[in-house]
Amino acid sequence: MKINDVILRTVTKTVVFIILTLGIYLFFAGHHAPGGGFIGGLVLASGIVLLYLAYDIETVHKGMPFDFKKVAALGVLLATGTAIGSLFFDAPFLTQTHSYINVPIFGKMGFSTVTIFEAGVALTVVGVVVTIILSISEDE
Amino acid sequence: MSNMIVLPLIVPVITAILLVFLRDNVFLQRIISLLTLSFVAFISVILLLEIQKQGVMRIDFSGWAPPFGILFVADSFAMLLVLVANIVAAICLLYAFFTIGKSFEKMYFYPFVLLMVAGVNGSFLTGDVFNLFVCFEVMLLASYALISLGGEKVQLREALKYVLINIVASWIFLVALAFLYGTVGTLNMAHISVRVMELGADPLITTVALIFLIVFSLKAGLLLFFWLPGSYSAPPTAIAALFAALLTKVGIYALVRTFTLLFPNNTEVTHMILGIMAGLTIIAGCMGALAGRDVRTIASYNVLIGVGFIVAGLAIGTESALQGVTYYLMHDMVAKAMLFLAVGMMMYVTGETVIDKMSGLIRNYPLFGWLFFIVMCSLAGIPPLSGFLGKVLIGQGAIEGGNFVLLGLGFLSSLIVLYSLLRIFLSSFFGETIISLEDEKPLPKRMVLPLTLLAACTIALGIGAEWMAPYVTDAAETLYTPSIYIDAVLDGTTWQGEVNE
Repeated sequence: MKINDVILRTVTKTVVFIILTLGIYLFFAGHHAPGGGFIGGLVLASGIVLLYLAYDIETVHKGMPFDFKKVAALGVLLATGTAIGSLFFDAPFLTQTHSYINVPIFGKMGFSTVTIFEAGVALTVVGVVVTIILSISEDE
Repeated sequence: MSNMIVLPLIVPVITAILLVFLRDNVFLQRIISLLTLSFVAFISVILLLEIQKQGVMRIDFSGWAPPFGILFVADSFAMLLVLVANIVAAICLLYAFFTIGKSFEKMYFYPFVLLMVAGVNGSFLTGDVFNLFVCFEVMLLASYALISLGGEKVQLREALKYVLINIVASWIFLVALAFLYGTVGTLNMAHISVRVMELGADPLITTVALIFLIVFSLKAGLLLFFWLPGSYSAPPTAIAALFAALLTKVGIYALVRTFTLLFPNNTEVTHMILGIMAGLTIIAGCMGALAGRDVRTIASYNVLIGVGFIVAGLAIGTESALQGVTYYLMHDMVAKAMLFLAVGMMMYVTGETVIDKMSGLIRNYPLFGWLFFIVMCSLAGIPPLSGFLGKVLIGQGAIEGGNFVLLGLGFLSSLIVLYSLLRIFLSSFFGETIISLEDEKPLPKRMVLPLTLLAACTIALGIGAEWMAPYVTDAAETLYTPSIYIDAVLDGTTWQGEVNE
């Protein structure tokens, strides 16, 4: 018997955007306020998991044809990449740097290599969480 | 500052991740993983030489000065262990190439091994006790995956036990860390040492030390080893050999660091308990090794005897005993990997695990038979193989320290080790061959090669002991005199701060 999930699907369509936006907001907020890659990643992952719950795996996979194990690996690679980047500048391991650049329209903005590191963390969290949920769901 | 110290951790991590993307290219995976481990071994040789010139080295991550930041500290003790661990891991990988099978190789076998080695290297090098916890977890998570890879019934049963016991141990580790941080207000190992010395033989500190003792005993298989024989006989040979060579050694390393550097005050209590636990481990290990009829069981109990013997050296705690501990730790990594590989090959050629069902193997496979003979001699501590010097130095330390019970137990255990392995040798290698020439499974040269390389290592460690002596002496001196380590980390100026009352 197929469960009638019209309400869940309809709500999901809008809510997922809110969740993903919140995830991205938290990710960027993390630089100076509570938030960051880990929390942002968790929220993003929960949005994706909600999609998997509301629709079936095949449908979501058509829209997001990623192998989430590789997403996690890419995340770790980004994070460790920025960590060893400092080795090439003769600075201690894990040293990060930042600078302010004048961007048209937005004005003076801070750019930091920590953001790349955090992006790696976020990707890792998304990849790992979705992989875990998917492997549990495969188990009938 | 030398960024080189972090390479033994970060290079295996990065290559492990790269291998995830090369999942289907097994050949490339093999080459890269072997190159990585060789590279780390090479780096550790360079660092070892550098340490002799400029003393204990350290790297403060992102430039945060100790005691505030996390740092890696490279002293001779840590670097010697990193060196041997990576050589042994590389040789075990060589064995895995020919035996582990495509299904394992495609299920991320090499990335897991590399991550485990990264965790092991990190545990040896870190100078921050919380970071030690993290490195332990990296190592353990990879080992959880490795022990259950393949998914056979017995593996899953043992993996469940292994995971549960380690999760409980990690939880106690966290509790101990919280107690320690609450008491001394720092996590930097050198700084903890300074503050603990200021506090003196405080009962609270002794309690915290004993909680750490429980944690690391669980990990090292010291007395609390009930999980070990089962877990180490479940996975395939190459993985079991890696576990036997590396995992318990990390626990022992943590015990050595904890009770030489962190809690040097109340040695009457802590070292006495260490001594009792070591003695009991030796006795229990001997009983298990004597009673076992399964080759894997005998090999696993031999691991325990090794653990007990090394910790006995730590409990004795004189400088020559610590030299013995260093030698014996290196020897034990090589010899235990060799023993497990040999046992795995016996099972491979006969398809049996019980010693009575094998016979006359040396007639079919003479080279393999003699290699087993070398393992046996090496583990029993017969010169000129590597086990000898460690035993002599620990024995010498025991006489200096007046620990005659541990001395007696330690040397009796050598006899039991010899007897238990001689039993395998006599019943399985000597005697009438039961494998006819037609049924004889060919033992390819490339499978014997790793065992031969390990045999070369144990001979080199034994004969090259004189050449190793300056490094081992330096390692033991740093362990025996914590101020060398502390000065190197805190730049000689002991950071003055109030201890939280």
